[in-house]
Amino acid sequence: MTGERDRPEEARAFGFETRQLHAGQRPDPNTGARAVPIFQTTSYVFEDPESAAAYFNLQEYGNTYSRIMNPTVAVFEERMGNLEGGAGGVAFASGIAAQAAALFTLLQPGDHVVSSSALYGGTVNQFKHLLRKMSVELTWVDPDDADAWRQAVRANTKAFFGETIGNPAGNVLDIETVASIAHDHELPLIVDNTFATPYLCRPIEWGADIVIHSATKFIGGHGTSIGGVVVEAGTFNWSNGRFPVIADPSSAYHGLEFHETFGTYGYLMKLRAETLRDLGAALAPLNAFLFLQGLETLSLRMQRHVENARAVATFLESHELASNVTYPGQPGSRYRPLVEKYLPRGAGAVFSFDCAGGRSGGQELIRGVTLWSHLANVGDAKSLIIHPASTTHRQLSDAELEAAGVRPGTVRLSVGTETIEDLIWDLEQGLGRIR
Amino acid sequence: MNELERYQDPLTIQRVLRTASTIAIVGLSSNELRASHFVGFYLKRHGYRVIPVNPRETEVLGDASYASLLDVPVPVDIVNVFRAPDALPQIARDAVAIHAGALWCQFGVINEEGAGIAEAGGLTVIMDRCLKVEHARYAGRMHWFGLNTGRITSVRAGLQ
Repeated sequence: MTGERDRPEEARAFGFETRQLHAGQRPDPNTGARAVPIFQTTSYVFEDPESAAAYFNLQEYGNTYSRIMNPTVAVFEERMGNLEGGAGGVAFASGIAAQAAALFTLLQPGDHVVSSSALYGGTVNQFKHLLRKMSVELTWVDPDDADAWRQAVRANTKAFFGETIGNPAGNVLDIETVASIAHDHELPLIVDNTFATPYLCRPIEWGADIVIHSATKFIGGHGTSIGGVVVEAGTFNWSNGRFPVIADPSSAYHGLEFHETFGTYGYLMKLRAETLRDLGAALAPLNAFLFLQGLETLSLRMQRHVENARAVATFLESHELASNVTYPGQPGSRYRPLVEKYLPRGAGAVFSFDCAGGRSGGQELIRGVTLWSHLANVGDAKSLIIHPASTTHRQLSDAELEAAGVRPGTVRLSVGTETIEDLIWDLEQGLGRIR
Repeated sequence: MNELERYQDPLTIQRVLRTASTIAIVGLSSNELRASHFVGFYLKRHGYRVIPVNPRETEVLGDASYASLLDVPVPVDIVNVFRAPDALPQIARDAVAIHAGALWCQFGVINEEGAGIAEAGGLTVIMDRCLKVEHARYAGRMHWFGLNTGRITSVRAGLQ
């Protein structure tokens, strides 16, 4: 065995703040570079024909082509896998691509998915339209209703899907309960953990099998890059008879049985070697570098995001022109018990409220604010504001809007890390324009 | 799971990987798509001498296959087991008889009786761990695939 010959490594349970800085990266063996090098290369020179064959056969971990793997992207993938407590990660060019890939890896035509109805509008579109094109059926359930999850299961069901904190209505998923119902039926639970980040909640610790992120949000944290990642726990039994697409010999990979051959890493290897290879939505190395820069300060930013979000929610609750403040961290929230269990460090920094005056009231507030940025994103260090009914959730019917917790006057906030008095000042003067 | 932890100590794993040079793989298959073949191919590529032990094979990875550990004519550092768990006690007895250094049982190859026989015979026992994964974790390139090695260190590595 070559490598660090004289330095055996003790098994220490390093803390989150240490791991957000170090996991996935050691100083570059060639140059000693302490920062993660940006490997801006499409491809990699093979040592010899035998090595090239071993890499393509997956008999050896080797770099072949940056659509499938890249050393900078790999640091980001391992760091996310480590922070979430999973077996590893595979990164994608966007959160939506990561989500599609996570599903494509385990689905085939004729399958069925059970999903929370309280989701990001882009996810609703993907499930409603793209999954239908693949001949995959879908059942929406009220995420707060355990019986609804149980009753939606069919013989062809292949996964449960939900968000840790629902976008934008702030539903908190009872992860342990929903995971246990999924496992009763030998199904995996997929959780979108974008709004919580692994600093606030680690769904795998509560039984989730696959965790998805839009890294575009709090992971990057500065609104610079689009990207996503899939983390898998490595503990789900894909050979239970329900998942021939993972367990059986793969016609897309010369007969390889991914779960039998790679065990813990079977799903992740298939996700990379087949789904990423064939969908092609690879994360750019520079974007992975920017996400890694973001991760280095994740805990510090999230503490401040949560502190500011609490203060803004408290201010809005006492304002006469605001109602239905959905911040699940507030003492009066019906999700308070779930927040105490799953999100003890805070319930994130994205929530919505309803403006007096309905649609025009919401639009008037957005016209009135000057510090909050009117744009379609969340999780930036800068505070953001948007009117879902006319933007992110525009393609949804009234009934779907209602199921997602969106009304005509609903405004969504992503509370940033600015001086809290300035954020409240700006909302106050914006609300003052509603007449 | 907790009883298995004493067979999964990272310092022991690193010591066994560093000091071994000859590995007998019990149950090594000539089928390129079997997990045992992946592991044998990988270990050979990384400089270990790999000795197939499988009565159903004549030759694997270019080397003659022996029917039993007792037939292997050279000293063995690690006996690596790809067999059903109930085969482990006999394999452990054979491993003791040939004075092997360690008994390494792959994922799911869990048998306390076999582990006890090997330990009583002076062997280091590693159980429910993959030899390829552990090598790739500490000395290889597992991190190039975004897999969680669990390693945290600021020590500069050797060339890969």
